[in-house]
Amino acid sequence: MVTTAIVNPENLVYARPRGLTETPSHYCPGCTHGTAHRLVAEVMEEMNVLDRAIGIAPVGCAVFAYNYIDTDFVEAAHGRAPAMATGIKRVLPDRIVFAYQGDGDLASIGMAEIVHAAARGENITVIFINNAIYGMTGGQMAPTTLPGMKTTSSPNGRDVESQGFPIRMAEMLATLDGTGYCVRRSLHDPANIRKAKKAIRTAFETQLHGLGFSMVELLSTCNTGWGMTPVEALSWLEEHMIPAFPLGDYKVALSVAALKI
Amino acid sequence: MARELWEGNEAIAEAAVRAGVEAYFGYPITPQTEILEYMSRRMPELGRVFVQAESEPATVNMVYGAACTGARVMTSSSSPGISLMQEGLSYIAGTEVPVVLVDVMRGGPGLGNIAPSQGDYAQICHGGGHGDYHPIVLAPASIQEAVNLVPVAFELAHKYLTICAILIDGSIGQMREPVNLPEMQPVVRKDYDWATTGAIGRPRRVLSSIYLDVPTEEKVNLRILSRWKQAEANEIRYREYYLDDAEYVIIGFGTAGRVALSSVRAARAQGIKVGLFRPISVNPYPYKRVEELCKQAKSFLVVEMNTGQMLKDVQRAVKSRVPIRFYGRLGGVVPFPDEITHEVQEMVKNPSRPDDEPADLWFQRMMTR
Repeated sequence: MVTTAIVNPENLVYARPRGLTETPSHYCPGCTHGTAHRLVAEVMEEMNVLDRAIGIAPVGCAVFAYNYIDTDFVEAAHGRAPAMATGIKRVLPDRIVFAYQGDGDLASIGMAEIVHAAARGENITVIFINNAIYGMTGGQMAPTTLPGMKTTSSPNGRDVESQGFPIRMAEMLATLDGTGYCVRRSLHDPANIRKAKKAIRTAFETQLHGLGFSMVELLSTCNTGWGMTPVEALSWLEEHMIPAFPLGDYKVALSVAALKI
Repeated sequence: MARELWEGNEAIAEAAVRAGVEAYFGYPITPQTEILEYMSRRMPELGRVFVQAESEPATVNMVYGAACTGARVMTSSSSPGISLMQEGLSYIAGTEVPVVLVDVMRGGPGLGNIAPSQGDYAQICHGGGHGDYHPIVLAPASIQEAVNLVPVAFELAHKYLTICAILIDGSIGQMREPVNLPEMQPVVRKDYDWATTGAIGRPRRVLSSIYLDVPTEEKVNLRILSRWKQAEANEIRYREYYLDDAEYVIIGFGTAGRVALSSVRAARAQGIKVGLFRPISVNPYPYKRVEELCKQAKSFLVVEMNTGQMLKDVQRAVKSRVPIRFYGRLGGVVPFPDEITHEVQEMVKNPSRPDDEPADLWFQRMMTR
């Protein structure tokens, strides 16, 4: 078969969604940020909200999320994306406002902002990338780093006696009455990626219907920071991260369940 | 409109409402909490945005987000809270979005106290967050003047895409005075070509303070600086009292300037030809006017409720042409008019030399009194 036949529209089953720009990715080969970006872009395209969405990019590897996801964007200070999202959403309540944050951003320096945005029931959607490490600064211990996991700032493995325990954000935020939808999914294989996309859709629908704070925690890989090949990293996620951060629906408000997404 | 008795903080809040503020975010801290409390009932009443944030860092970032929509937004705080906001203020400056900030200063450093102080002049005007930026800072000396400056602050913030701070102390914030409040203005959100409001029918926009490309960041810095240069050229504000025939000139801003006016009258009653120069825009500072005053002044007396933070701006203008005497009270102490009158008498009796360091001589006097 000649190449032109392969790229005929009727043969194409995979294309760049309208919600992604053509900017070449700066992420490391194997990184799951690209997958997460794509899911967010696909969902917003399917919901037809790209032209009324405003994203808030974090500090961390996804600092340039605005280069890829094709909506209006602002770039927050480290950890403050939920506060910035609050400011935008309160002034423009009919827009779709979403923050995209990593684990250092959301669960360490920005812990207060995420907890209180959820407690206030802010009608915003947060995509939380949990890869158990600070990727951008070169692989330091994160608040979600597993016990015993080696990082550049826990070179002998995270010692819980002196460095404490990982934080389970989805479970924690699910305890708050302002949270409408809060789940954990994983990006390590196609089946889980499809489940993650459905959760992201439900999170955005939660916001669209004004049903409170929504967050999807996505277990993700940082093969560079973990010192693994991309394939090894996906296996490591499945074997080590899922037991520590169980997948599941931690809060689905009755009103959200009634949407039947 | 009739003159009404208003508390300073509440009058500023109502003036902001009437100037069309769309969103207020804040956190309780004495002596500015009444702004937050007032806004908590007034803004929802008008269908506008009010959020009590979980902290000052959250507050300033809510303000930052709201400012990115092009709306008129504001926050208020007091010294320790303003310190906590500095990170966000730097981001706001770097992103070139308009924000109005009210700083009701209190005694410091540290937790300090809740008494009136001017100890944060340098932080607001010349310091604060990281990087090169210059907020516009207006320092009223009465509640009426503060009320009059609130709409000006919004106009300047939006004209120069910058932070415009109203710098007062706890006494102006918490005393009551008769004021005329302006008429209610309608909320008008301008359709700015930079605001991130959702890309309906237009190309998408990104607002950010990150420029990894170094030459681009330099250009952005120059763009921010050129708007500041325009503000320096166009936004100088001050008030003068009894300066026509004055041989001696007191310089003080805010409450210190206001107290000094009583001293000017007392000293004039004793035959001393003294006047008062009160900067209102303390950033940009009226350097040129102070320089002109060197021609008529035998000596300046700078009065502040700090260790001489504005004194450095006066010295920059005077350039040792004329002697300067300094008098400061610290830690929340407000000077009495008698103290300043005494300083005027001393300045006349024992003139210092133009190259004396006024803050050092003042410090020696303070330590031996």
